[in-house]
Amino acid sequence: MSAAAGAAPAAPSAGARVRPRRPSVLTVYRWELRKLRSQKRTYLGFALIVLLPLIFVIVEHIHQRQHRGANSVFASEITRSGLATPVLMLTFLVLFMLPLVAALVAGDILANEDGNGTLKTILTRSVDRGQVFAAKALAAMTYAAAAAFLSAAVATVAGVASWGFHSLISLSGTTVSAPEALLLVFAANAVYLIPLLTVASIGVLLSTVTRNSAAAVVATIGAVILLDIVSAIPGLEGIRPYLLTQQFEAWQGLLRTPTDWTPIAHSAWLCALYALPALLAGYLVFLRRDVAGG
Amino acid sequence: MSDDAQPVRARGLVKRYDDVLAVDHIDLNVHAGDVYGFLGPNGAGKTTTLRMALGLIMPSEGTVELFGRDPVRYGARALEGVAGFVEAPRFYPYLSARKNLELLAALDGDGASARIDEVLAVVELTPRAAHKVGGYSHGMRQRLGIAAALLRRPRLLILDEPATGLDPAGMRDMRELIRRLAEQGITVLLSSHQLPEVQELCDRVAIVDAGRVVYEGALADLRRQGGASYRLHTTDDARALHVARNHPGVEHAAEGEHGLVLHAHERDVGELSLALAREGIGVLALTPELATLEDLFFRLTEDAGADATTQAPGVPTGATPAAATATPATRAVEIA
Repeated sequence: MSAAAGAAPAAPSAGARVRPRRPSVLTVYRWELRKLRSQKRTYLGFALIVLLPLIFVIVEHIHQRQHRGANSVFASEITRSGLATPVLMLTFLVLFMLPLVAALVAGDILANEDGNGTLKTILTRSVDRGQVFAAKALAAMTYAAAAAFLSAAVATVAGVASWGFHSLISLSGTTVSAPEALLLVFAANAVYLIPLLTVASIGVLLSTVTRNSAAAVVATIGAVILLDIVSAIPGLEGIRPYLLTQQFEAWQGLLRTPTDWTPIAHSAWLCALYALPALLAGYLVFLRRDVAGG
Repeated sequence: MSDDAQPVRARGLVKRYDDVLAVDHIDLNVHAGDVYGFLGPNGAGKTTTLRMALGLIMPSEGTVELFGRDPVRYGARALEGVAGFVEAPRFYPYLSARKNLELLAALDGDGASARIDEVLAVVELTPRAAHKVGGYSHGMRQRLGIAAALLRRPRLLILDEPATGLDPAGMRDMRELIRRLAEQGITVLLSSHQLPEVQELCDRVAIVDAGRVVYEGALADLRRQGGASYRLHTTDDARALHVARNHPGVEHAAEGEHGLVLHAHERDVGELSLALAREGIGVLALTPELATLEDLFFRLTEDAGADATTQAPGVPTGATPAAATATPATRAVEIA
């Protein structure tokens, strides 16, 4: 930075100044995704999601166990059709693993920037706080969705590679053709996104409020576990349909013949009741909060 | 944004954290073209004030406007034409310097990405632009902070301790860069602990202590009026010392290596020279020696700290409305 260095970019003169074009939420969102792609933590979550189906398939492949008498119809189907694997994995991962992975990013996405002082860096550019919040919330949800579909894709590929691309028996006992079953697998994951994105929304709120990544991640997962425990307490059956954790099973409506849309519609409006206030509260807190870190 | 509006105008700016008063009714006036020094001891409220100016924290009372726009009301639009950093500039350590600047340019819009090579060259980081910022030294990060600010082609540059942690060569280069930016017409608001740096670069200053402005105005006025020293050599220094010590308005008189040293206001020195003539003492030399900014800074901050309602010796009356109206009950507590 010597005196010999080139002159700094000149400030625009008052007469020549035109209103600068300001970036959109989409621009901020794209950069949030680029930041996620550049962080090791992102891949840690993906690794967890990828490893579990792989381990499951390898173990099952080695033992070639028959699942006669198992609780789940898909568990008994496991070695008959590779498409049973992603459905079974969804059953296993819905309550804890995928919410954990979603919380890893959602709980960290604002608190981490606050702790590292980079929040002040981006908030002194030409983007409003609302844009930053929206982009971060969208990025956290994108990550959660990517994790869910990655898990489904890996489980499908591994299952089909091991046991073939065959028809599947639905929860109603009817046979579903392999192509239709494949479509249902991914549709089921899409329905599962409703409560999963709700978990991410809660994570974003806690990340905004706590300003502490670890606290926000733990609190998000803690909330999911707490609701699951509450749902298991005898005498509280009346509130069970309104608990977030109960919505994790709404996707099963798709695997019935005919499709049972009731749990899916219930999940959609109920999750909106959890997610929208969480996002609104996070947004309002973020708009007015002091950025004093770093 | 009004083109004629002041780059920075703060009125009655207050920041409270529960019972702690970090900033106590600060008024600031940074005019276009100023290189404005913002001085004060640690915890005086400088950084808190700058954070409020940049819209990072919300004032408890009062307003601050950048080119006529209040960040609380206008959000990011208030920062058009404004750039800078508070405390150390922060970047994403897992991204390279170039990627960090690309990100910030994307958040700036307005073609900022086309200036990345240019600003990297200005701060001489081009050879290291592909390296991750996590491996950068403190000085390199400071320079990257300047580069990030220049991306916005600012008309107002707010810099909080830009030379902190730099080696002497880095400090010299930073001063040189700030001088060049000022020559290009960029208004600079510079918070610094480096008093020689401020003395060298700034034309106007605000000195804050315990959350209040104890002086705001031209640095030259402060130095000229604020307790200047004089060297006096007469035909009879012993008698002249006696006359000076008994002369009203002379705050201090003592023998020095080459004659006498006096502390007095300009008008009192004139009267002293007449008094010496009446006593038959010839004045051989009477030389003003302006007080350094460091002298004045300590006088203002330490004396203001001792008694908030008393004007510090040698400080122009009326220059410090905040100090004049403050009461000990409203003394701010230090906030880092």
